[in-house]
Amino acid sequence: MVPITTLHYLVVAAALFVLGVIGVLTRRNVIIVLMSIELILNAVNLNLVAFSRLWGLHGQVFAIFVITDAAAEAAVGLGILIAFFRNKETVNVDEVDLLKW
Amino acid sequence: MNGSLAMVPQATDYLRVLPEIVLSIFGMAIMFADPLLKERPPRTLGTLALLGSLLALAATWVQAQYPGFAFWNMVRVDAFSVFFHFLIVAVTAVVILTSFEYMEVEGIRAGEYYGLILLGAVGMSLMSSAVELVLIFLALEISSIATYILAGFRRRAAISSEASLKYFLLGSFATAFFLYGVALMFGATGSTSIQVIGAALSSFEVPALAYAGIALMFVGLAFKVAAAPFHIWTPDVYEGAPAPVVGFMSTAPKAAVFAVLLRLMFEAHAPGRIGLIWVVAALSMTLGNLGALVQNNVKRLLAYSSIAHAGYLLVAFAAVPDSGIPAAMFYAASYAAMNVGAFAVVSHFSNAGERYVKIEDYSGLSSSSPLLAAILTVFLLSLIGIPITGGFIAKFYVFSAALQSNLVGLVILGVLNSAVAAYYYLRVIVVMYMREPRGEVPVSAVPAGMGAAMAVSLAATIYLGVLPGRVLDYAGRAVAEWLH
Repeated sequence: MVPITTLHYLVVAAALFVLGVIGVLTRRNVIIVLMSIELILNAVNLNLVAFSRLWGLHGQVFAIFVITDAAAEAAVGLGILIAFFRNKETVNVDEVDLLKW
Repeated sequence: MNGSLAMVPQATDYLRVLPEIVLSIFGMAIMFADPLLKERPPRTLGTLALLGSLLALAATWVQAQYPGFAFWNMVRVDAFSVFFHFLIVAVTAVVILTSFEYMEVEGIRAGEYYGLILLGAVGMSLMSSAVELVLIFLALEISSIATYILAGFRRRAAISSEASLKYFLLGSFATAFFLYGVALMFGATGSTSIQVIGAALSSFEVPALAYAGIALMFVGLAFKVAAAPFHIWTPDVYEGAPAPVVGFMSTAPKAAVFAVLLRLMFEAHAPGRIGLIWVVAALSMTLGNLGALVQNNVKRLLAYSSIAHAGYLLVAFAAVPDSGIPAAMFYAASYAAMNVGAFAVVSHFSNAGERYVKIEDYSGLSSSSPLLAAILTVFLLSLIGIPITGGFIAKFYVFSAALQSNLVGLVILGVLNSAVAAYYYLRVIVVMYMREPRGEVPVSAVPAGMGAAMAVSLAATIYLGVLPGRVLDYAGRAVAEWLH
């Protein structure tokens, strides 16, 4: 069996990152867009923890900060979404259309 | 890892973050006082917030007496960070002054508005003194999350909550990019301290991972300062968000992010700096000015203008550090003065529900309110870059720094852009002075708080234009102290 190296983790993280970016750019439901952003943050965490193998605990501590921040961001984001929903009765990005350039 | 990790923080550590402590205490006090004071006039909390920001300004002076590192090399207090602290806290105080009238006219009674402004200012101040990527990230998020909420503060207006949602979605997307960059940088150099990263990147061959890290971090930060091609959100958010909030978020958080970018580019020896900055600065100047040409809404016009100004400021980043950094610092200060002032006038003029934000609404303002028209004219002339205003000196130093660094192409592009920009700012002035007033647009008397805010921004704009020496000297000394 091939031993699992840091590189393997990085490849998985990069894949998660790409999936997250594609999700943000293509999905039309705001909730799914939010989930895709969380996916990118988890890719970051995976990277940080994987690099901790090389450089010590620093990265793991950082990952805990990122998780906490993601929770705060999700709370605020859902609050904003509720305020938006009360005005427009939709969670579809295509209907976020009052402001146009 | 040094031995001091086991130690407890010293008193000087706390003194070095004193403005942040003062702002946090007042911010939280306002949050707690709001439900207890429900029957009192909302002005009470606003006054408390103003007091907090003025005390923080005094705390900045105290902090300046204790230069050095704090909290295990995570915070660095030097003339550079004190400069940005002063700028951010002063902008916060002026924005609180402009908010009094707006809150009353719009009938927003929530005290957390002032609380969020102060807490946001905590993040922005911390950004300018943080020299550790984890702390920079946390400070960035404190400031961003506060501004996401502030952008949606006219809750009943669909346009405002839409602005908030857009800002939030794109903002957290950008933060995620920034974080991914930080993670890669940590992997490439084994540290999140800017100093250590700088040493690593200048001593041995730069690993490919570091290039990717810098690029991703730059994307995240360029979004926050509304630099092209990451500017798409700007006009929409500025149009929908409450006018005083736009005055705030187009200046204070931007100045803070520019401070982070300066540390990152010059202290961490970011690889590929000049090419990256060249493209982004050229795009921001051009797209910002071209976009502004076709706008009819003053807030959108100022949004595109802020994109263009981010471009001018970035030109200084491509220059050599000794002339580029002071030029960038001066530009951030003078842009803050004139833009906060311009948005103060816009927010006073817009009236309940932000009804009057079209350029035609300003027709004949010179006859219905000559003083207001004159004040707005000064800010617009400063945004163009006409002599004796701060905007002129700022542009002059940025472009001369760029010329010293042989960035002739970028300077030519910048000067051409300034000429284009004169057209749309002058259009507003022409409408104010040469058209007949439109009877249906009421111009109310300027209340004391708003008047004070306009006076402070006006004084700062003129001061920076007529006597720029002291500020420029200070910026120059800050850079000398920082880099040598």
